[in-house]
Amino acid sequence: MSRLPKKDVVIIGLGWTGSIMAHELAQAGLDVVAIERGPWRDTASDYNIGTAPDELRYAIRQDIFLRPAQETLTARNTPDQVALPIRKYGSFLPGNGVGGAGVHWNGHTWRFMPTDFNLRSHLVGRYGEGFLPEHSTIQDWPVSYDELEPHYDFFEKVCGISGKAGNLRGVTQAGGNPFEGWRSDEYPTPPLKPNLAQNLFHKAATELGLHPFPLPGANVSTAYTNPYGVRMAPCTYCGFCEWFGCANYSKSSPQTCVLPVLMRQTNFEARTLSEVTKINLAPDGKTATGVTYVDSAGREWEQPADLVLLCAYSLFNVRLLMLSGIGTQYDPATGKGTLGRNYAYQTNAGSLGYFDKDTHFNHFAGAGSLGMMADDFNGDVFDHGPHGFIGGANLACNSTNARPISSRVVPPGTPRWGARWKKATVETANHTANVGSQGSSYSYRDCYLDLDPTYKDPLGRPLMRMTFDFKENELKMSRFIVDRTAEVMQAMGAKQVVKNYKRGPWDVVPYQTTHNTGGAVMGNTPEDSVVNRYTQHWDVPNVFVSGACLFPQNAGYNPTGTVGALTYWALDAIKNRYLKNPGQPMVQA
Amino acid sequence: MRRAALLAATLVAASMAGGTARAEPDNYTEAARGRYLTVLGDCMACHIGPDGQSLAGGHLLETPFGKISVPNITPDNDTGIGRWTADDFHNAMHNGKRPDGTHLYPAFPYTSFTRMSRADNDAVLAYLRSRPAVENRVERDTLPFPFNIRLLMAGWNWLNFTPGEFRPDPQRSAEFNRGAYLVEGPGHCGLCHTPRNLIGGDRDSEHLQGGALQGWFAPNITADARLGIGDWSQEEIVAYLRTGHTDRTAASGPMAEVVAYSTSQMTEEDLKAIAIYLRERGAAAPPAPPAVSAEDPRMRAGEAVYADTCAACHVGNGSGVAGMFPRLANNQLVRQDDPTGILRVVLQGSRSVATPEAPTAPAMPSLGWRLNDQQAADVATYIRNSWGNAAPPVTPDQVRKMREVVADRPG
Amino acid sequence: MPALTRRHLLSATALVAFSSSALGRSLTGSLPWQPNEAYPPQLVRPGGWYFLTADEAAMVDAIVTRFIPADDLSPSGKDAGCTVFIDRQLAGPYGTYEWLYMKGPFSANPLPTQGIQSPLVPQQQYRQGLAALAAHCRDQFGGKRFEQLTGDEQDGVLRAMEKNELQLGQLKRPLLDAKMFFDLLLQNTMEGFFADPVYGGNRDMVGWKMVGFPGTRYDFRDVLANPGQVYNKPPVSIIGRPAWNGRPA
Repeated sequence: MSRLPKKDVVIIGLGWTGSIMAHELAQAGLDVVAIERGPWRDTASDYNIGTAPDELRYAIRQDIFLRPAQETLTARNTPDQVALPIRKYGSFLPGNGVGGAGVHWNGHTWRFMPTDFNLRSHLVGRYGEGFLPEHSTIQDWPVSYDELEPHYDFFEKVCGISGKAGNLRGVTQAGGNPFEGWRSDEYPTPPLKPNLAQNLFHKAATELGLHPFPLPGANVSTAYTNPYGVRMAPCTYCGFCEWFGCANYSKSSPQTCVLPVLMRQTNFEARTLSEVTKINLAPDGKTATGVTYVDSAGREWEQPADLVLLCAYSLFNVRLLMLSGIGTQYDPATGKGTLGRNYAYQTNAGSLGYFDKDTHFNHFAGAGSLGMMADDFNGDVFDHGPHGFIGGANLACNSTNARPISSRVVPPGTPRWGARWKKATVETANHTANVGSQGSSYSYRDCYLDLDPTYKDPLGRPLMRMTFDFKENELKMSRFIVDRTAEVMQAMGAKQVVKNYKRGPWDVVPYQTTHNTGGAVMGNTPEDSVVNRYTQHWDVPNVFVSGACLFPQNAGYNPTGTVGALTYWALDAIKNRYLKNPGQPMVQA
Repeated sequence: MRRAALLAATLVAASMAGGTARAEPDNYTEAARGRYLTVLGDCMACHIGPDGQSLAGGHLLETPFGKISVPNITPDNDTGIGRWTADDFHNAMHNGKRPDGTHLYPAFPYTSFTRMSRADNDAVLAYLRSRPAVENRVERDTLPFPFNIRLLMAGWNWLNFTPGEFRPDPQRSAEFNRGAYLVEGPGHCGLCHTPRNLIGGDRDSEHLQGGALQGWFAPNITADARLGIGDWSQEEIVAYLRTGHTDRTAASGPMAEVVAYSTSQMTEEDLKAIAIYLRERGAAAPPAPPAVSAEDPRMRAGEAVYADTCAACHVGNGSGVAGMFPRLANNQLVRQDDPTGILRVVLQGSRSVATPEAPTAPAMPSLGWRLNDQQAADVATYIRNSWGNAAPPVTPDQVRKMREVVADRPG
Repeated sequence: MPALTRRHLLSATALVAFSSSALGRSLTGSLPWQPNEAYPPQLVRPGGWYFLTADEAAMVDAIVTRFIPADDLSPSGKDAGCTVFIDRQLAGPYGTYEWLYMKGPFSANPLPTQGIQSPLVPQQQYRQGLAALAAHCRDQFGGKRFEQLTGDEQDGVLRAMEKNELQLGQLKRPLLDAKMFFDLLLQNTMEGFFADPVYGGNRDMVGWKMVGFPGTRYDFRDVLANPGQVYNKPPVSIIGRPAWNGRPA
């Protein structure tokens, strides 16, 4: 193995968090290298307008995602089962290459609610300890909403998020979400134009006494220049958003928001097609000396650095800590250890509505973040006392696409093929809508990550093993939410409403979300977390961790907004405190 | 430590170790002036060395007459111009001659640099001498027979070249004259923007009315409103040269390089002077042809291609997105008689320039793989004859020839 | 001397260093760019079979025609090119599950929630599945091939496969059984009928026309300007549409 000249900072992975970290630290004058195992990706070449809108290639054959042959996980529902490899990604779809999942996401960009951050103390305070579900391991975050607010704001500005504020410095704004945490500023671009489904939902939800508002999203509605001077163009509602790269610079991604200015910095280097295999430690195990990586020819290299930033996809950050022997593996049987603990996901379900033949939804004119929402049943906005569960979800009526391989809705009981199938498909096409929900997923003792004893990756290293299932608390919450979605669907004028309750056990096949959270949780003490409130590792002070792996549990929202805010929060600490006293813990354990 | 600084330090160390140590004159202001002149002259664009930083030359420029190698103009005694005197340098810039009296090829634009004064040329040399000497031996004899016979250049010069310093026009403002000097002298804009005669000299009567350079077309930059910059405000011209982007267009291809290395680093006053000169020196262009009718089957086909392929960026009515996607409606570039520009970007794609004020550098995707010759010709015809544009229609044969040009061509 | 080109834009302005061994692929200084850089799919042209034998293709022709029969809503699955699509897919990386995790050990008792756990790739599933189906028809229908059965008989066989009420030779879960093979056939047929025509199916966009899907058009701001109206524009694919060539839609 050959050792390379030292850099100030080595960043593992060049997706959202890696790009942001790299840009800000390079601007601060540091010598930065980002090592990315996937290829360079650029809009005009990889998301060419003639090749991007291809459902078979990207949505079905999963061309843009991580290939399981390169890395996958094993999965099981409970600790007494044998985990088997996820041979084909389904339930979640990790990204690949420069830009990572930030290229193929839908763009929903939320802030968690203030009460999501002191979740445990808030719920115990309101409902008592006995109200928490059995084996719940939810815990308070070590940061507050107020501390993160300026960083949420900046991330949204870097992305150009389209939306309507509902709470500006404590004053409720008409047209926005009245339940959101206070915002210091309006959204950078106005909401996307609503399609028919969004209009119907808005009207129906208002009639039912709910408070609908447009989904805040990373599909910018107007031409926009972000604080870095990088410009984006308006979304054209192409209907090829989630799982696809954007061809016309209108979806926020590292490519469209950060890379153009990052790449101009001569003290930054991107090394692609190189996989970091290990974070190297000094003999006393208390300092990282850099990373080892393997290039595409299979040769090993050592990249020394003073600061190591883990910016791969959340799951793979956790795995790399495991493979590097940093921290103590969590064991659900004993409750000891923190690495891999508190893995959570998202609890999604909804209703399908069949409408008459004169209702032309035209969902093909859609955007990843084109939606109308209601937060009346999210977080702890409503009194959970009578219901016997904790957690909640947003209600969502989205028009993202009408891609026909995947979405051919027919009435219940219709055959899947033949003449009757054809007739029903044609009669139903364009006349259905969904009201869905993104529900919270709280942490439990036996939902966790560790290394698999049997299955290995192409480099011979153990795959990570995921033990997860939906618990009765989440299923109960979801059933309640689905009933609410059906009410709105009815009020929207559907002729027939079909409720699709979430049923366990968790299945790796059908797509649900790529919102994998936890495993390297942030907290106030090393007993219940892997990193401190500045995302600095308790055991190795020159290692910082990014991504949704930091979440102690997941809320009723997509994670990316909070991931972006945490990245800027950590950067603030690194630039203004850590670098003045490098190698030192910023929090006393 | 910053990588650039480390690299520079290495170069300095190399030069000091390399035995080209010499006494250094105290000519700080002259060398600084010379540095700015090399920005005006965009020397880096051609003379850039293999290290990406020095002016050590070495690569080959393509011409229809063969390949010419670009010389090393660092002050290396053996492989560069280290032994040149100030007279030698002036003779090269002003008369197109090497120290031994042989001719330079006008691939080196001495036909423009001749307008620079002796003092200017001394300043440039002072600057070049202040740079590290880089050893890079360049093979100079690369043209095929008979073009490798430099003596033939005497005849060419007699037909096409009159040496002479710039003479300001007393009837014009100081700014106009400064702009004229910049454009006709160090800026050598005419090298690209003026059409060539059969043996490669300027067609003086069509100065700055647009020129083809092997697969690119540098458009008309006279004050003609239809084909030139007559419709551009002074502020727009300045913004284009400084940032590479305006609401209506973006610099790409060879002009992206000019913006990156030259005009984006000029002073605001100089950019204004260029704009004033170009706008006030007069308009010249052929008259507009009649627009191809919208009912023409080529226009109908082009309209369909445009709606499905182009509109998502350039918008259905050609209005584009300011600072991102050029406005095709009422667009001079698109209307040039020669369709080379539009065909080139459609077939091979193009990355617009990134400057500090406009760093995004959006890229036009390559569509040569998707459109056949007829479709590419028709969409070009449609764009060239819609929304206030009128230009000769484009034929599939022109597309076919352009494909051969761009097939393995660098940007 | 004629005017000349600037030298390679890439090596000058980009300052891209494609360093060889030491640093993998290293990028710094500016966004890399290459002319003509795009990664289009390979256009499928009908004619010949790249993976299926002629007998297998005839059987698949019949199956896709039962799945998608010809009527006033669309041509049959066969005429739409579904068999061509399936054949070309099987001949490519999909056929060997090239990008999936196909390392052992393969469990004999996977949980229903653990997804694909068969070591058989689609090429093998088709080869074995079609052979078993042919044998079944020979045995049950007096020596006939599947394509020689009547439409009702074919539907009967397919329905039985769909409900896993039919034993195809020795095939067993988790490797392959009748229902798994049926689901694969149906999935691939629908892919072929609704994927971009560049892949060999959905010929002339008949699948998209049937359900009113506009294809690759990419700009629907006109729809958002006036939601809820019937959308009348003809669909367009990666390889264009008739109007691009001056022909009616």
